[in-house]
Amino acid sequence: MKLITAIIKPFKLDDVRQAVSEVGVQGVTVTEVRGFGRQRGHTEIYRGAEYMVEFVPKTKIEIAVDDVLVDQVIEAIAKSAQTGKVGDGKIFVFDLAQVVRIRTGERDSGAL
Amino acid sequence: MSRLSRWVLLCVSILSMQSVWAADAPTAPSLVGVDKINSGDTAWMLTSTALVLMMSIPGLALFYGGMVRKKNVLSTLMQTFAITCLVTLLWWVIGYSWAFTPGSRYLGGASRAFFNGMTFMHDPDKKLSVSHLALTIPESVYAMFQMTFAIITPALIAGAFADRMKFSALLVFMAAWSLLVYAPIAHMVWESTGWLNLAGVLDYAGGTVVHINAGVAGLASCLVLGKRLGYGKEKMAPHNLTLTLIGASLLWVGWFGFNAGSAGAADGRAGMAMLATQMATAAAALSWAFAEWISRGKPSVLGIASGAVAGLVAITPASGFVGPTPAVIIGVAAGVLCFIAATSLKHVMGYDDSLDAFGVHGIGGIVGALLTGVFVSKEISGVDGSLKQVLIQLMGVATTVIYGFIASSVILIIIDKTIGLRVSEEQEREGLDISLHGESIE
Repeated sequence: MKLITAIIKPFKLDDVRQAVSEVGVQGVTVTEVRGFGRQRGHTEIYRGAEYMVEFVPKTKIEIAVDDVLVDQVIEAIAKSAQTGKVGDGKIFVFDLAQVVRIRTGERDSGAL
Repeated sequence: MSRLSRWVLLCVSILSMQSVWAADAPTAPSLVGVDKINSGDTAWMLTSTALVLMMSIPGLALFYGGMVRKKNVLSTLMQTFAITCLVTLLWWVIGYSWAFTPGSRYLGGASRAFFNGMTFMHDPDKKLSVSHLALTIPESVYAMFQMTFAIITPALIAGAFADRMKFSALLVFMAAWSLLVYAPIAHMVWESTGWLNLAGVLDYAGGTVVHINAGVAGLASCLVLGKRLGYGKEKMAPHNLTLTLIGASLLWVGWFGFNAGSAGAADGRAGMAMLATQMATAAAALSWAFAEWISRGKPSVLGIASGAVAGLVAITPASGFVGPTPAVIIGVAAGVLCFIAATSLKHVMGYDDSLDAFGVHGIGGIVGALLTGVFVSKEISGVDGSLKQVLIQLMGVATTVIYGFIASSVILIIIDKTIGLRVSEEQEREGLDISLHGESIE
């Protein structure tokens, strides 16, 4: 089992949700986050006072999947979140040690 | 009787009628029969009073509240609200009397302390009191209308020292300032025995009394208090410009009570003041936004809202004296000059006028006061624009700037040396909402 974490552009969230659903993902956790990468920030000006906004708003999604699905999900996210411009985001994949469904007590693959 | 003698007789009778009229014209609040009250004027002045109060709460409170950081929004709203309550009581105690009853050339008398003598007696003789400055409306309405001006003026100052004054110090400062600075300046400019009034200074709705006065006090307070912690290093962007735009819009609408209400009547001059106000505001909002677009690349929401307020400020002294075309010129000038003051001047001079109380109200007020001297129309007001009038206006500006700056500074320094003016470093970092009021917004 793997935990796939992706940082994407906020307006791409709906496309990504649809794409991963199509390959069989049953659940996604979404968080609004801020950060910087190669996109860097932008400048805001208020009555002549310039502020560098260094952390850009992004959306983080987390998906737990069975090993067989990993490559398909990564591809689905990468395709649907891509604009080709700097700041499209990144995908991180982690090993997942255990999964428990709280309602039934099912474990691991059965809980996904 | 020869034609000549008849003509002389006519002149003599006219002159004597005038002198009788002059002797009869009241120079102090007096009792008149209820039939002297004009219901149209009274209705408009009741409405105007409510509109001007709406400028402070919630208008100015939101305008400023949106511009501060999230940790200080409640304290900023609190300042305006508390000043509204405080000045209301002070106006009753002595403020109204010092401002609007005859006295010396610099300060009114104490005859109306605690609104003493302000009456409405329906029976038996159907008389009520009127101010000598507004003969067709009840004195209660006039005093209440002027009270709303006395409220917004100190509330405007708070923009200059946002995020760093103790609440206790604020209450003491505003109480002292209202009585020792606002009341005398209002008396000098607006009451018939005031020396600037006698000198011919024109200030229709308070460009000098309200805006220059508040702006200069703001400059004094940001100089005495010093800059906000982290000024120029940390991000101090407005936390919610939606609130600011709503506030600016409420100010705009309320300002019709301010300017057209200053006619003291529901008449043609009130109508012209309203029209001039609308023209100047629109022109200034666009001129600020375009100045910003040209010099900084983008026209901003904060810019167009600030420009509108600058235009409202600048047309205030001129509103009942000029027609719509000069109003547009005044608006354009105010938009551009206040833009420069708020975006460049303060950075060059190095003071932290946090929300530009001086940059918008001080500079806008001065622009308006001087241009009133240029554009005042004989048709509307009986006086023509001239270099002499501009110099008279300059005298009004200089008096307010010098007296206001010195008196405000002295009050602030005394407070600083006694109870202390500024919050502790820790309180300032934590934000005034939590540290002074025990509340916060999510």
